[in-house]
Amino acid sequence: MKTLVYINSDNGISKSSLEVITYAKKLGGEVVVVSGGNSSDLAKLGEYGASKVIVDRAVVNGDEQQITKLIAFAAETENAEIIVFSHELTAKAVAPRLSVKLKAGLISGAIALPDLSSGFSCKVNVFSGKAFGVVTVNTAKKIISLLPNSVQPEITGSACSVEEISSNAGTSAIKIITTKKPEGNIPLPEAELVVSAGRGLKGPENWGIVEDLATALGAATACSRPVADIGWRPHHEHVGQTGVAIRPNLYIAAGISGAIQHLAGVNGSKVIVVINTDAEAPFFKAADYGILGDAFEVLPRFTEAVKKFNAAK
Amino acid sequence: MKILVCISKSPDTTSKIAFSEGNTKFDENGVQYIVNPYDEWYALVRALEIKEAQGGNVTIITVGNVADEAIIRKALAIGADDAVRINAEPTDAYFTAIQIADYAKKNAFDLVLTGKETINYNGSQVGGMIAEVLEVPFASLATKLDVNGSILTLEQDIVGGVQVVEVSIPAVVSCAKGMAEQRIPNMRGIMAARTKPMQIVEPIACDLFTTYSSYILPEAKKACKMIDPNNMDELVQLLHTEAKVI
Ligand SMILES: Cc1cc2nc3c(=O)[nH]c(=O)nc-3n(C[C@H](O)[C@H](O)[C@H](O)COP(=O)(O)OP(=O)(O)OC[C@H]3O[C@@H](n4cnc5c(N)ncnc54)[C@H](O)[C@@H]3O)c2cc1C
Repeated sequence: MKTLVYINSDNGISKSSLEVITYAKKLGGEVVVVSGGNSSDLAKLGEYGASKVIVDRAVVNGDEQQITKLIAFAAETENAEIIVFSHELTAKAVAPRLSVKLKAGLISGAIALPDLSSGFSCKVNVFSGKAFGVVTVNTAKKIISLLPNSVQPEITGSACSVEEISSNAGTSAIKIITTKKPEGNIPLPEAELVVSAGRGLKGPENWGIVEDLATALGAATACSRPVADIGWRPHHEHVGQTGVAIRPNLYIAAGISGAIQHLAGVNGSKVIVVINTDAEAPFFKAADYGILGDAFEVLPRFTEAVKKFNAAK
Repeated sequence: MKILVCISKSPDTTSKIAFSEGNTKFDENGVQYIVNPYDEWYALVRALEIKEAQGGNVTIITVGNVADEAIIRKALAIGADDAVRINAEPTDAYFTAIQIADYAKKNAFDLVLTGKETINYNGSQVGGMIAEVLEVPFASLATKLDVNGSILTLEQDIVGGVQVVEVSIPAVVSCAKGMAEQRIPNMRGIMAARTKPMQIVEPIACDLFTTYSSYILPEAKKACKMIDPNNMDELVQLLHTEAKVI
């Protein structure tokens, strides 16, 4: 059995890329990584379990039609049975196309390794995190799109060979005009630690204390829906049933009531800390640690405690 | 511009999620269905705005049974011109996409819009699959969509950043937050929806690539541990030694 892993290597090798390679390695068979673009870091993917990397330098990692052709080409030449993606923008564009092209069932939002005891089944997030589903794939070839932060990257080997190929992927009808690169912030879906705040913060001018805690922890920032709707925070920070669904190790929620739609997007978090002035706030029922108190006082104290902890480390 | 908007039903966001028949079926008891928010708030409303600005026609399509005509009427009340219901259970994304693509192919649309994902199955699959069948470009998770003649200009959230792309029609676009604002249907819209045309189309034969074999509810949380708001050192210690997350 051979597994093909697609990664987008344009902004360096992301943690979620290492996660999918580790995941593919755990499937048991040989792992071949495929990518486009100009990255020179690809040999190190061998450390995480790749036996080789194949790269088509002519393929632009943002071009869904080219990537679909590249992966289909690689799946054919490598005779791969399983194709794994990280469930992000590129995967959301490419994996469905590839599913049709290769007649391969697609499991999107996988959070665990497949169960092979009867057929090929995999646990996924459904109902925006309110439940899990077990999806069984009925086709010979399978595609898995893995939610970030579902496995931890593991070093198991050493550098591997990088093979440059030409897949004749052509050009796509999509023209990329501009790309605004991330500005050093931790992207929310990948973050292990998240500090989030809601309407209880009273105004955008008060977000400094949220960002201070996030900086001290090395965490990403998030917010509730009304906060994004009224423009206090950018839309991509909105978590919940109609925003981004996240599964960090630690989710800290300050001044968020914990409405069912908000919880849906965050209750996959391993540990939840809630800071709220209202003892009746529903969020406390979903929390592991609760602080009944004013976010304006608690957040700065929390930040100081984290700084003290960091200094002692 | 001839626009096809794909809509799906999803349980009202406050629904209690439960399963029946040995955790193999979603328990619909007491569940109120709504138009999937991404389909309604972003895909449908943006389609209507484009039509209002430059003319054209907005058709909505859903794969579903008779009961789903309620969400079709809602979408018509918001302003779509006509509707198509493919008479089948949408159990698998591939099956659903094949049905919609078949209709789209026969009726030559300039633009096919879907929501970013449904809030029940969160697959983000149907739009890309339709595009592959139709052999047209697909822009996923667009937060902005402008039309200039036959060129679409789109913005997409990439991990931590933003990308602007151009694509010529025909194309498929999946729509995310930022693209439009929710519209509440008015009385006139609701009255008009009753008489707008709705076509019922029988499905074409198609394999199922995937099946949901069972469901699992998350384990109930243990009682929350309350921490003294004056003792954040204790919290940090617990996060380090007990929860092991920092
Ligand atoms: C179809 C639909 C979809 C939705 N999708 C989402 C979604 O994806 N994500 C989402 O977040 N919401 C969503 N919502 C909205 C959701 O129902 C809630 O309205 C929203 O989450 C509330 O945001 P909030 O907790 O920030 O504000 P509020 O409900 O106003 O709560 C503010 C909280 O802050 C506390 N507070 C006030 N002052 C302080 C202080 N000084 N210190 C500490 N605490 C304080 C209050 O006690 C209160 O609990 C959706 C709603 C609908 C109908």
